[in-house]
Amino acid sequence: MSATIPYEYKYLRAKKRFPHVWCSGCGIGIVMGSIVRAVDAMGWEKDDIVMVSGIGCTSRMPVYVDFNTLHTTHGRGLAFGTGVKMANPDLNVMAVMGDGDSLAIGGNHIIHAARRNIDITAIIVNNNNYGMTGGQFSPTTPPGARTSTTPYGMIEPCFDVCRLMDGAGASFVARGTVYHITELDNMIQMAFRKKGFSVVEVLAPCPTNFGRANRQGGPVEMMKLLRDNTINKSQLKAMKPEQAKDKVVRGIFVDRNSISYGDRYEALCEKAKKAAEAEK
Amino acid sequence: MIVPWGETRLVQGNEAVALGAVAAGIDLFAGYPITPSTEIAELLAKYLPLIDKKWIQMEDEIASISALIGARLAGSKSMTATSGPGFSLMQEGLGYACMTEVPFVLVNVMRGGPSTGLPTQVAQGDVMQARWGTHGDHPIIVLAPSNVRECFELTVRAFNLSETFRTPVILLPDEVIGHMRERIVFPNKEDVHVVPMAVPDVPVEWYEHYHESASNVSPMASFGTGYRYHVTGLTHDVHGFPTRKESEVIAKMNRLKHKITRRLDELEDVQMHDVEDSSVVIFAYGSVYRSALAAQAILKKRRKKVGVFRPVTLWPFPDRTVKENLDSKDVILVPELNQGQMIHEVERMTKDSVRVVPLQRIDGYEITPEEIVDAVMEVI
Repeated sequence: MSATIPYEYKYLRAKKRFPHVWCSGCGIGIVMGSIVRAVDAMGWEKDDIVMVSGIGCTSRMPVYVDFNTLHTTHGRGLAFGTGVKMANPDLNVMAVMGDGDSLAIGGNHIIHAARRNIDITAIIVNNNNYGMTGGQFSPTTPPGARTSTTPYGMIEPCFDVCRLMDGAGASFVARGTVYHITELDNMIQMAFRKKGFSVVEVLAPCPTNFGRANRQGGPVEMMKLLRDNTINKSQLKAMKPEQAKDKVVRGIFVDRNSISYGDRYEALCEKAKKAAEAEK
Repeated sequence: MIVPWGETRLVQGNEAVALGAVAAGIDLFAGYPITPSTEIAELLAKYLPLIDKKWIQMEDEIASISALIGARLAGSKSMTATSGPGFSLMQEGLGYACMTEVPFVLVNVMRGGPSTGLPTQVAQGDVMQARWGTHGDHPIIVLAPSNVRECFELTVRAFNLSETFRTPVILLPDEVIGHMRERIVFPNKEDVHVVPMAVPDVPVEWYEHYHESASNVSPMASFGTGYRYHVTGLTHDVHGFPTRKESEVIAKMNRLKHKITRRLDELEDVQMHDVEDSSVVIFAYGSVYRSALAAQAILKKRRKKVGVFRPVTLWPFPDRTVKENLDSKDVILVPELNQGQMIHEVERMTKDSVRVVPLQRIDGYEITPEEIVDAVMEVI
C-alpha cells in the first residue's frame, strides 16, 4: 500500500518540528492549514515567503512552516515585517498574530501598518483571550466574559477588529472562522492577492482557557458556537434585525485599491532624483 | 554624490554620522524623531531616496528597531538614531538582535536624563544603559566619538564591526559631539574600508544559521536567497529552532559571550597621551576627552605633567590596557557628565592604592578644561 502524502506537507517542517504546541481543540492549526492551502493556490515559492509573528500561541506558527520564518518580540511582528518588506519588496510577507499580540501590545503597529498600506497580509487569530499565559482578557474579550484576570466579568468594551482596520486604512479586511474553512481559504487567498495591507480576522476557539472559564463546552461545542453564532454578510439582508442582533458577521468588509507604501516610496525616489537632476 | 569624498567641509557631528552611514553602504534607515539626534534622520531622509535606498519613519522607537532587524534579515544594512528616552524603548529590540545575532548600527546621541530630563543638553548618563540596558547576559559593542571626523569614521567602523561580529553596535556620541561643527577633510572613497555583508557559501542543506565556527561568528543568509531558516528570540539551537536542552543553551550563551571576549584585540581602541611617565592621569571619553586634552595643555604650561587616557571603544571595556597602564598611578581623575558610571570600571581595574577621583557635572553643560585643571591641582 503506498501512502499518499497530502500536498500540505510540502509546506510544513513536518519531520522536524511536530508535534506542535497547541492544545487539542485549538483553532490555530486549522488556520495554518488554510494559510498553506492559500499559499499553494498562489503558486508561491517557499523561498519567497516570509512569515513573521510576535509572541503567543498563534505566534508559534512560524516554527512549523517551511518558509523564511521570523518569531519576534511581543506585538512587533508587523514592525519587523515592515523592515523585511521594505528591504526586499519581492518577498511575500505575512504576519500571523493573536488578538492580544496584534491589538493590545501591537495595537500601535497594526494601525500604522494599515495607514501606511504596506504590502503585508496580517492574519489575526482571535480566540478572545491570551492563551499562552493562561487565559487573561484581551482587547477582544466580550463584555461580561470570565477570564483569569476578569474573575467578576469583563468590564471593558472590546474591539471590532474589522471596523478598526477599515478606519485605519487597510486595503482588504475580512472576517472568517475556523469552522467555515472553505470560506476562510478563499479569504486568505484574496488577502494574499491584494496589493497593500490586508487583514483577515479568524475567530477560533480556545477550549482550554476561554471555553472552560465561560462554560462553553469542549472543542466540539465551541465549533458549534462558531457555526451557530456567526452569519455570512450575504445572509444579513434576508434576516430581520432582531434575528441578526446577536450574530457575528463574517465576510469581506473592505476590498479597495489604494497604492501600497512600497509603490509610493519607489515613486518618491524617482521624484527626488529628478528634482536633484534639475538642480544641477 | 552624497559623501564629499576627498573634500574639506564644515560639518556637524550628526551630519557626519549620516554621511558615515552612506559611506558604509547603509541600505535602510528606520527611526523616530528625538532631540538631539534628529538631524541624522532628517539628512538621511534627504539622501537615501537619491541613491534608491530605503528610509522610513516608524510609529515609535520599538517599531524602528524592529524594522531594522527585519530589514537586515532581508539583506539590508540598516541603522537608526535616537536619544535617551528612545534608547530605553529600543532595549527590547536590542536584546532580540543580540540573541538572534542580527547586525545593525544604533546611534544614541546622549542627552540629560533620566526620563525626559534635559532634551537639548549634554550628558553621558547612558554609558551603563548601553552596556546593560537590555535584560539578560548579552554581548555589546559601544563606540564613543570625540570629534566630528570621528563621527564619520566611527559610524563606518560601527557598521564594519556589526557585520564582522554579527551583532548590533552602538555609536554613543554625546549632545556636544552630535551638535558641534568642525572643519573636516573627508577621506578618498578608496581609502575607506567597508566590510560587506557576509553570505554563506555552503549548500542549502548544510546551512546552519548559527554555525559553530572558530571565530564564533558564521555568515548569515538573507531571506529570499534560498536558505530558509527560523529566527526566534527564544534560546535556540544552531538551526535557530527553540531549545531548552542544557548543552545547546550553554553553547549558545557561551558563543554569544566568546565572540566578543575572544576577539578583544579587534575591538579595543584607546588613546593615551603621556600616560607612561605621569603619575596623575585623566580618564575621559566623548566630549569630556576634548576638555581633558585642553586641560593637559594648560597644565603643561604650568609645568605640571598629567596623562590622558581615552577609551574610544567603551564596551567591551579595555580591562587589560587599563590595568597595565593605570594600576601604578597615584591618582586617576575621571571627569564624567553623570553621577559616576565609568569611574566604577576604572576602580574595578585598579588596585586600592590608586586614588580614583571623580569630577562630575550633571547640569546639562560640558565640563570645561578649567574645571579639570582645578580638579588636578587639588589632587596633586
